[in-house]
Amino acid sequence: MQVLDIGYMLGLVPVILGYVPLTLAMASAAMVCALVLAALLAVERVARVPVLDRLVMLFISFFRGTPLLVQLFLFYYGLPQVLPVLTRIDGVTAAILGLTLHFAAYMAESIRAAIVGVDRSQWEAAQSVGMTQRQLMQRIVLPQAARVAAPTLVNYFIDMLKGTSLAFTLGVTEMMGAAQKEAAGSFLYFEAFLVVAVIYWVMVEALNQGQKALETRLNKAYAR
Amino acid sequence: MSSTTGVTVRGLTKTFGGAAVLDGIDLDVSPGERVVIIGPSGTGKSTLLRCLNYLDQPDAGQISIGDLTVDAARARKSDILGLRRRTGFVFQNYALFANKTALENIMEALVTVQRLPRADAVARARDVLAETGLADKADSYPAALSGGQQQRVGIGRAMALGAGVLLFDEPTSALDPEWVGEVLDLMRRVAAQKQTLLIVTHEMQFAREIADRVLFMHSGRIVEQGTPAQIFDAPQDARLRRFLARTGV
Repeated sequence: MQVLDIGYMLGLVPVILGYVPLTLAMASAAMVCALVLAALLAVERVARVPVLDRLVMLFISFFRGTPLLVQLFLFYYGLPQVLPVLTRIDGVTAAILGLTLHFAAYMAESIRAAIVGVDRSQWEAAQSVGMTQRQLMQRIVLPQAARVAAPTLVNYFIDMLKGTSLAFTLGVTEMMGAAQKEAAGSFLYFEAFLVVAVIYWVMVEALNQGQKALETRLNKAYAR
Repeated sequence: MSSTTGVTVRGLTKTFGGAAVLDGIDLDVSPGERVVIIGPSGTGKSTLLRCLNYLDQPDAGQISIGDLTVDAARARKSDILGLRRRTGFVFQNYALFANKTALENIMEALVTVQRLPRADAVARARDVLAETGLADKADSYPAALSGGQQQRVGIGRAMALGAGVLLFDEPTSALDPEWVGEVLDLMRRVAAQKQTLLIVTHEMQFAREIADRVLFMHSGRIVEQGTPAQIFDAPQDARLRRFLARTGV
């Protein structure tokens, strides 16, 4: 067994770092879309609109019940055969779409639980002063639910960030794809993938620190 | 601020799971009248108040508050909003918005429902907060307030609406004994303003002090009503006499 080629690794760092913006962009775009979708799904799960509720439950069940990789392959390689309009969808878009749907299903359940956790009497108080359902959701319930759900949602964002590496299987040259290409030339697979691992690790640790700061901020109103 | 809003209720009926909680209530409250409702638990006192604010939907009957009459059989959204704009509701467990400061709790409906300009809402909320004696707690969140302070903010939130009628649903029942006094003091000050009040309470001494009329409810009906002297000193109905004996009045 040969010793790690440290020099090669150091040289590779800036190359892989060059793909960090793409990774962050995919994860952020998917996170924003997933949050919006999850909030809508969660509000529906609380309101239980007839028929729609069944569809939402089916959606959540499917996207939680199947692997992300399988879903990505279904969208990128499978669906265009059935729906030819989708043939022009590129790998990045397909990855964002897949991550959005997959994680929205998970996040909807945590947001739903957080909404239900807001004391029922506060809903009544908002109704009693004449607020509309929408106002009471936007101004009273969702802000409090967000605080409860925030740590879980940050965890999903971390999963999502790591999940962007699967875009590699859709032909996207992101961090993982770049490392693969580099390693194919140098045959230093261990070094190349180790660099990728460390960069992911550092990003996730930074997010963990951010989560702590966020929690402190959100808990401000509840300090005794 | 004396109120010009009266309340009329006709044939109000509400059933929960087959049991009649309100069994055809008829009630007339004059503008500025202070009515206290007493009676054993589970006899529909709270449900009556909650129906007036439409937190509970009555099965049948009419509710008139001020110039608005709503028939339970065909209440529309605008009717429900109309009733809510004409009534301020004080909850047993305060029900303050946990994500809003004391001041914001009072401002909330002024901004979202009454569409006051923000500066006016702040000014009005500060006035009300001063009336509740909590001017120095404007920026405190509910979690940082005592039960008594929270309920005073709850009363302030209802007062600020400028609704014609205030509804108090057992406002001191959830409080530790040490906080009951300050809440009753605030309610005395509200009562002194000749505001139309309907109060469900177990505080008999307070009822005797501030009520123009006391209603005794039993099994979803108003069984007996009269002045505090009539109800507490010369009760007629056997159920009222038993109830008063049990509560030690």
